[in-house]
Amino acid sequence: MFAADFEYYRAGSVAEARELLAAHPGAKLLAGGHSLIPLLKLRLAAPAAVVDIGRIGELHGISNGGGALHIGALTTHAEIAASAAVNAGAEALAEAASQIGDPAVRNRGTIGGNVAHADPASDLPTVLAALGATFTVSGPDGERSLAAADFFQGMMATALGEHDILTAVNVPAAGSGSGSAYVKFSHPASRYAVVGAAAAVTGAGGTCAGASVAVGGATAVPVRCASVEAALAGRALSADAIAAAAAAAGSDFGDDLLGDVFASGEYRKAVAPVYVQRALTAAAERAG
Amino acid sequence: MSSRIFGSGIRRREDPRLITGSATYTHDIVLPGMVHAVMLRSSHAHARITRIDTEQAKAAPGVLAVYTGADIEGALQPMPCAWLLPDSDLKIAAYPCIASDVVRYTGDIVAVVVAEQPSQGYDALDLIEVDYEPLPSVTDPEAAAADGAPQLHADIEGNQAFHWTVAGGDADAAFAEAEASGVVIKERILQQRLIPNAMEPRGAVAQYSRATGELTLWNTTQNPHILRFLCSVVTGIPEDKLRVIAPEVGGGFGSKIAAYPADFVTVFCSKQLGRPVKWIETRSENYQATTHGRDHVQDVELAATKDGKITGLRCTVHAGMGAYLSTAAPGIPTILHGLMLSGCYTIPALKEDVYGVYTNGVPVEAYRGAGRPEATFMLERLIDMLAGELGMDPADVRRRNFIPKFDDGHKVITTLNYDSGDYPGALDKLLEHTGYAGLRAQQAAGPVNGKYLGLGLSSYVEICGLGPSQVAGAIGFQGGLWESAIVRFHPTGKVHVFIGASPHGQGEETTFAQIVASEIGVSSDDVKIFHGDTDATPMGWGTYGSRTTAVGGAALAVAVRKIRDKAKVLAAHLLEASVDDMEYEDGKFFVKGSPDKAKTIQDIALMANVAWDLPEGMEAGLEASTFYDPPNFVFPYGAHLAVVEVDTATGDVELKGYTALDDCGPQINPTIVEGQVHGGVVQGIGQALWEGAAYDDSGQLVTGSMLDYALPRADRLPPIDVISTVTRSPHHPLGVKGIGEAGTIASTAAVYNAVMDALKPLGVKRVDMPFTPERVWRAIQDAKGA
Repeated sequence: MFAADFEYYRAGSVAEARELLAAHPGAKLLAGGHSLIPLLKLRLAAPAAVVDIGRIGELHGISNGGGALHIGALTTHAEIAASAAVNAGAEALAEAASQIGDPAVRNRGTIGGNVAHADPASDLPTVLAALGATFTVSGPDGERSLAAADFFQGMMATALGEHDILTAVNVPAAGSGSGSAYVKFSHPASRYAVVGAAAAVTGAGGTCAGASVAVGGATAVPVRCASVEAALAGRALSADAIAAAAAAAGSDFGDDLLGDVFASGEYRKAVAPVYVQRALTAAAERAG
Repeated sequence: MSSRIFGSGIRRREDPRLITGSATYTHDIVLPGMVHAVMLRSSHAHARITRIDTEQAKAAPGVLAVYTGADIEGALQPMPCAWLLPDSDLKIAAYPCIASDVVRYTGDIVAVVVAEQPSQGYDALDLIEVDYEPLPSVTDPEAAAADGAPQLHADIEGNQAFHWTVAGGDADAAFAEAEASGVVIKERILQQRLIPNAMEPRGAVAQYSRATGELTLWNTTQNPHILRFLCSVVTGIPEDKLRVIAPEVGGGFGSKIAAYPADFVTVFCSKQLGRPVKWIETRSENYQATTHGRDHVQDVELAATKDGKITGLRCTVHAGMGAYLSTAAPGIPTILHGLMLSGCYTIPALKEDVYGVYTNGVPVEAYRGAGRPEATFMLERLIDMLAGELGMDPADVRRRNFIPKFDDGHKVITTLNYDSGDYPGALDKLLEHTGYAGLRAQQAAGPVNGKYLGLGLSSYVEICGLGPSQVAGAIGFQGGLWESAIVRFHPTGKVHVFIGASPHGQGEETTFAQIVASEIGVSSDDVKIFHGDTDATPMGWGTYGSRTTAVGGAALAVAVRKIRDKAKVLAAHLLEASVDDMEYEDGKFFVKGSPDKAKTIQDIALMANVAWDLPEGMEAGLEASTFYDPPNFVFPYGAHLAVVEVDTATGDVELKGYTALDDCGPQINPTIVEGQVHGGVVQGIGQALWEGAAYDDSGQLVTGSMLDYALPRADRLPPIDVISTVTRSPHHPLGVKGIGEAGTIASTAAVYNAVMDALKPLGVKRVDMPFTPERVWRAIQDAKGA
């Protein structure tokens, strides 16, 4: 298929990109193109203008400082999956990035584009919610930082305003005695998460000092599973304790479940504990 | 016959151009002045068109013309159906190339835009205004046949396209007896609708010359000669002024057998505008309008004795045909299905009723296996159920009922005469090779971490090498089924071969060169195979039904043997010997006992072409042609084993192992055989585990893209173990059978049986395909509750 006509602008800097957004109401940002271009080709989106931010160097790359990983919005999934820093400090993120789509998608798709698109079946939002990531946004009033719970607002909806640009994602780097993991049930066609579970565990000496768990795919935005986290806190990280805690995962989902011809909401909710359990088990092992 | 090249797994000569992107597909055809057609397809599954306004679209930039149903009136005849199933009360619904009053599925063409650029065409599509008055729709074949169902065609009551039956023996008596003293197994099987997904979507380039009245049509077809004929019927362009070219064709799996309205609309546009016109479908359009496969609702029952001997089979099938009858559609769920119902087994009585039903779906056609997977599945499933009922191993029930080994004909209850087979031998070898007994022992040890092991067998026999033309006529196929070959030796001993069949990925340019090489001792590199151009090749009926090697390969072998005969006479003349004293070996002709004074085939080719010294009455040149009409079909067979593990926590099915034993007779190229088996097996696995076209209640295709329609992926498949036995076909010049569809025919049933075997301890009785995790999980939950 062919996209409807649009004007194309390439921005050289974040500031220029913001100016272009302001000058062209309704314009869409283009980064890796793996969300926007399919929509354009199917004519599900027909913006008058597209602002290409793909070559803005300052948005690219991973750095480590102040106990956090700073991941530029244009960093690709492949770069994240291969990054030593991410693999050391946020295993779940590397694990999720390595499972997105296929190599071609991972080589082009970016973390910024992924989270800004906010597909409920996407992998990274779930992991970022579990890891307590923050999102740096450059807007008309300067720069601001948002937590995952504030950034993801609904299906395909984020806190990004029309003139905002997501510039970086910051992930607290895990210390020793911590581990994280992401386990997903891929849709056999799209490879998006039917259910994706991310878990981070701090557990020196085999006792859970803290756990954070998020599940994506079953709800419009990733759900932090507070019941699971509470059930596990202070407990020995045994297989039984993990299984018992994970069993509560569905109770945090609420009533608005996502379902389709392949998997109903009821099913997603019912099997979520299995994936939470697997993610917790892997995370606990890594926490050592 | 040289043993070196026949049976050698040489590399496919097709591959360098395919994997380097230098092959020429229909989409690669670019002609001076060429413009582009884009189809507007119905957005409704069933609706009356009350108004079409094309004025704005006509005025859009780059647009040359917009045509609707009114414009083609009289210029394009309705689409023909070419399989006129006898004794079936066949009712062929009018199938206009462009719908003008009623649309009957979401792919029906409503208008066509021709523009300088494709993008301009798509822009203009949005400007065509169509008012629809929606009508109730139905996509399930059984529901469409029910009282009160929406009616698709005014003159066709109950949406019934045909009612076909096959019967042999006294099935009702067999069931009465089984009810009284044996066992009866009943099952409802849904053979879900599948989307063929050839790598290359469909397309056409039409170049009509007003000066000569001649048309050249490049098309993604599996059978250019049939398309030429059908194009002539629909467009009125006489066959002698029509040239159809199938350039590189990127797979078909049956979906490129049919002629399609869009092809002829493209021709119409070229004729109207006097310019070459290209139409290439998008993948979305492919899903929406290129034929689908399967779509059966099967109610089947099996009668048997308490010791596992099958005594009867009865079935009723509602076969969805889609909105119209595609070119070969009526023959698929009937001739290619019903006549194979008794499979590898001695079944003394059977009866089947097949109802072809119009529905508001994409027309259904042949899809790899075409009728035979649906037949194999029902039988193999029932046999496993019988084994479960009787507490027998499924392998033992098969053995109990197999037709014993035969090597020159065996007539079955459906009247077919199988050529040769050793079904017990195939199963025994499979079980031994796979360590079946050990796998059963492993299974008996119980689940590990909530994962249940399952084993699934599938013994199959298929009918292919279609087929004797006399039979084709008797079963209503509107054509012959012979194949042709011309073999031409050039003075230097190089060979050109022209065939009527039309390979599109199967590798016959390689295997056919191997046939020539093995028959007459040239290097296979010296043989070039031409196909796919009706002006350049002799007539042939196309590539489908695993017939190209079985029929076309036979034609080629016979033609080369004619060359050999002539060469022998010429060699005898040149050696001043009697023909009766001549011997032939590996491309050399010599007098018995004097192999050093041989004439090579290259020597003969030169002497025949220069014609300086020919025997009295011999014509110059070294060329032969053959029209080969097979005396019977061929019947490849085999036995497959699938090993699965089902995760009861999630319902996820993992295929742990797959072994295919196939017997396609002597293998010309084992590497190509293995490739065909791999591809076929994977497509069948796809049906069992992932694939299924779904319509919603309003007839919209829910699985409209590869984001929703799950094709098999390599990372979810185990290595496929391919083994074989070799049983010659007694009637084929090379003894070969066919292998293109075998994998698909066997594998769906093998995987299905394996999953049900795994679920047996949990009390699960049936699950519809595909085995999505949710379906499996629900079946487990329901069984727990029961």
